Amino acid sequence: MRGWMGKFRSLFLFGALTMLLTGCGIENISALKPKGYGSELLFDLMLISIAIMIFVFVIVMAIYAFVLLRYREKKGQEHIVPKQTEGNKALEVIWTVIPIILLLVLAIPTVQATFDLADQSTQEDEGVITVDVTGNQYWWQFDYSGEEISTSQELYIPTNERVYLNMKSSDVIHSFWVPAIAGKMDTNPGENMNTMYLEAYEEGVYEGFCAELCGPSHSLMYFKVVAVSPDEYEQWVEDMKNIDPEATPETASAQEGQELFNNNCMSCHAIGGASAGVGPNLGNFGNREKIAGILEPSKENLVEWIVHPDEVKPGNQMPSELVTEEEAGKIADYLLELQHSDVGQDLPVQSVEE
Amino acid sequence: MSTAVAQKRGLGAVIWDYLTTVDHKKIAHLYLVAGGLFFLIGGLEAMIIRIQLMKPDNNFISAGLYNEMITMHGTTMIFLAAMPLIFALMNAVVPLQIGARDVAFPFLNSLGFWLFLFGGLMLNVSWFTGGAPDAGWTNYAPLSTISPGHGVDYYVMGLQISGAGTLIGGINFLVTIVNMRAPGMTYMRMPLFTWSTFVTSTLILFAFPALTVGLFLMMFDRMFGSAFFDVGLGGNAIIWEHLFWIFGHPEVYILILPLFGAFSDIFSTFSKKRLFGYSAMVFATVLIGFLGFMVWAHHMFTVGMGPIANSIFAVATMAIAVPTGIKIFNWLFTMWGGQIKMTSAMLWSVAFIPSFTIGGMTGVMLAAAAADYQYHDTYFVVGHFHYVIVGGVVFGLFASLHYWWPKMFGKVLNEKLGKLAFWPFFIGFHLTFFIQHFLGLMGMPRRYWVFQEGQGLATGNIISTAGAFLMALGTIIFLINVIYTSVKEKKVSGDPWGGRTLEWSIPSPPPHYNFVQTPLVRGLDPLWVEKMDGKEGMTPAEPLGDIHMPNASILPFTISLGLFIAGFGFIYQVDDPTWLIAVFAGMAITLGSMLTRSLKDDLGHHIHKEELEEDIKKGVGKS
Repeated sequence: MRGWMGKFRSLFLFGALTMLLTGCGIENISALKPKGYGSELLFDLMLISIAIMIFVFVIVMAIYAFVLLRYREKKGQEHIVPKQTEGNKALEVIWTVIPIILLLVLAIPTVQATFDLADQSTQEDEGVITVDVTGNQYWWQFDYSGEEISTSQELYIPTNERVYLNMKSSDVIHSFWVPAIAGKMDTNPGENMNTMYLEAYEEGVYEGFCAELCGPSHSLMYFKVVAVSPDEYEQWVEDMKNIDPEATPETASAQEGQELFNNNCMSCHAIGGASAGVGPNLGNFGNREKIAGILEPSKENLVEWIVHPDEVKPGNQMPSELVTEEEAGKIADYLLELQHSDVGQDLPVQSVEE
Repeated sequence: MSTAVAQKRGLGAVIWDYLTTVDHKKIAHLYLVAGGLFFLIGGLEAMIIRIQLMKPDNNFISAGLYNEMITMHGTTMIFLAAMPLIFALMNAVVPLQIGARDVAFPFLNSLGFWLFLFGGLMLNVSWFTGGAPDAGWTNYAPLSTISPGHGVDYYVMGLQISGAGTLIGGINFLVTIVNMRAPGMTYMRMPLFTWSTFVTSTLILFAFPALTVGLFLMMFDRMFGSAFFDVGLGGNAIIWEHLFWIFGHPEVYILILPLFGAFSDIFSTFSKKRLFGYSAMVFATVLIGFLGFMVWAHHMFTVGMGPIANSIFAVATMAIAVPTGIKIFNWLFTMWGGQIKMTSAMLWSVAFIPSFTIGGMTGVMLAAAAADYQYHDTYFVVGHFHYVIVGGVVFGLFASLHYWWPKMFGKVLNEKLGKLAFWPFFIGFHLTFFIQHFLGLMGMPRRYWVFQEGQGLATGNIISTAGAFLMALGTIIFLINVIYTSVKEKKVSGDPWGGRTLEWSIPSPPPHYNFVQTPLVRGLDPLWVEKMDGKEGMTPAEPLGDIHMPNASILPFTISLGLFIAGFGFIYQVDDPTWLIAVFAGMAITLGSMLTRSLKDDLGHHIHKEELEEDIKKGVGKS
């Protein structure tokens, strides 16, 4: 499927279009710089539809320009009564039949791509990874079924492999979108579980968004997809499985922080192991690209987030001022020390100046 | 319920006249003023949204308020601005175009307006009572069912009341067009604006009940403890999406089709040519209306309906491009070989063609179900539907207002100011929305309160905001034009454009009985037919005689007022059962008014032949 559509790109018009569009946006964020199976397939489909549409637009505009230039009433012509044409059968048939043909040209790859992206034939095969994705107000939970790994905000996948996602929501409808690798799919509450797959071609950290209005912090519900080589992925799985939540941190402040964390935060959160349920699992927290999906990882930001979560992400579930600022500082020291796996740390995060 | 036809009246009498009127021309004024005000409110909300998105991480308004803004902007523009402005045109023009003296049910016509107005007021009261609805104009469950406060309750009650008004209006125009055409005005001689009103009314009749049902379920979930959309109790949240879009997609065609009709009339008038391919245009209008019901799930490609449903809805959606394309080409060929006169009305219409074509093209792109996995719920969609709704509906409204303003008010809107308003709006529109297609694909989802630094979205957003200010400037110039025209411009004849259809055969503004004698229609573009035969006006189809007209009534106002009061009762009885008093009081007013209407005979009144002869002496009979 991708074969014949890919060939189209070498054609002149497509080449020009591709050049033009891929100038838009930033690597690993933009849907116009495809880096995965799904996004590339969809990019080709977009190119076909844009090419057809530009063809139609040029014809319409040519007639339009001609009519407006040629048939304006000039001074002294006010009395002229033009011929009252009823219509023209041949013309009308032409502009009915040609659009139908053009739409068929578009409909065939559309249907092919729609079925291609809904394909689940290999999901049950041995060694194929399926991740359970749960959308929550306002964070993402990723459970690796069978591996006893639960994490949040950062989805690790191996490159060049299909990773299936079984998706649902714990509260309202969210939508999981990683434009640079694949399209999006809604996460619904209740029984309506959806499945899609990701396949990234290159290692990298890809930006993910929530694309369905889910409350005040809808626009702050970012996540990352971290695509690493299959070997590194194995390493990551190994590291994550071996997290010891009881491990004693190094500094005294962090040790106090651990104590505070266990007393105040563990009812919702967890570190390592299976999913915590209410709040995100904070395994490998110290290595995350962002705090709460949006803040730069610094102690200062983390304290701010712990003490005043509502000011960072309005409407989120974490209670404000559960601990004092001083206590939060210690908890932050502890959490930032949680560096269980350094897989993916060498990948550059895309953030380019405008 | 007095007749109230005195000539010189004070302000109080004028207000009373408008409160009680059942005259379609005055109801058109009411729709125009109310719709215009809501358009300005919705525009203000849009400006606030654009200011918030001017730069990355902006903090102009809070996240919660932002969600209220986008919700109210969408809801206001669709239900409270575009719909009533279209109803204003339909009321002002359709009875005149078919040679009728009023609509089929003048009382219901008034009721429809007051229901819409009170529903609209109810929605906007929410700003002052603790927060507007904040779950998007689509109001998806369960975000809407768990939304705290009463915002969504206002959405439910407000839309339920104004929706009932729209439904009544639709039925009224359907019956009017079926029953009240002048002799000789066969279906295939109706002007395109009347045809599109006919098709639109059919769509209203079948689409609005889906919204009504959805809103009732939502109302029971939020106010009376049911669980239709609560998955925890065995409900299903997706049902709301289906109900909403079964209504919502035809709604898009309800908005655009009347303007397609208006453009057809305008292109034909200002090219001095009959509409090219009239029967194809009628057929295309009907086909668009029919297909409009088959495609609702294309708003839901990412919900997880599976590839079979997605493919079917994708192909069905693409099919709509065919009749729409037929229309575009027929308009172009209407102008082909004509004598194009570039009035303000024509300028807006001519600008509509490329703008709407772009909107239609992105529509076909969105129809490609798989590709929609990238477009869906991003600024690409925002760009697309503004190209259709602003580039189609709003351009159409401006064109129609310029075109029919003299018929409604007897004065032509100043042409210089008209063109001066057009250019900033037109340029601003393309600046605002074209770039949004790219923003969406570069990774900007829809309904985002902030976007982050370093995502590459800042340049596009500042361009978009700048464009929005230009659109606001254009709108302000148009308003200045309205005031300037009403103060400075002179009265014009009943036929300032060299019109082709029946409304131009009578004075501007028309006498309240419209036609002294019902005209005889001898072909498509009846007035043009007579002009080509060298006649001054229409040939009457009946001798001069008494005219039967309906009486004015305050009851439509009180019926609507009662529902407005009851609405508050329904919303607040959740907090405090004493509010049930408001429910009972409001319903008593409504049902009492309905009972009065049923029991009291109101046979209307006659305008006698002698009065008509007086009027004719004053020159009323001719345009």
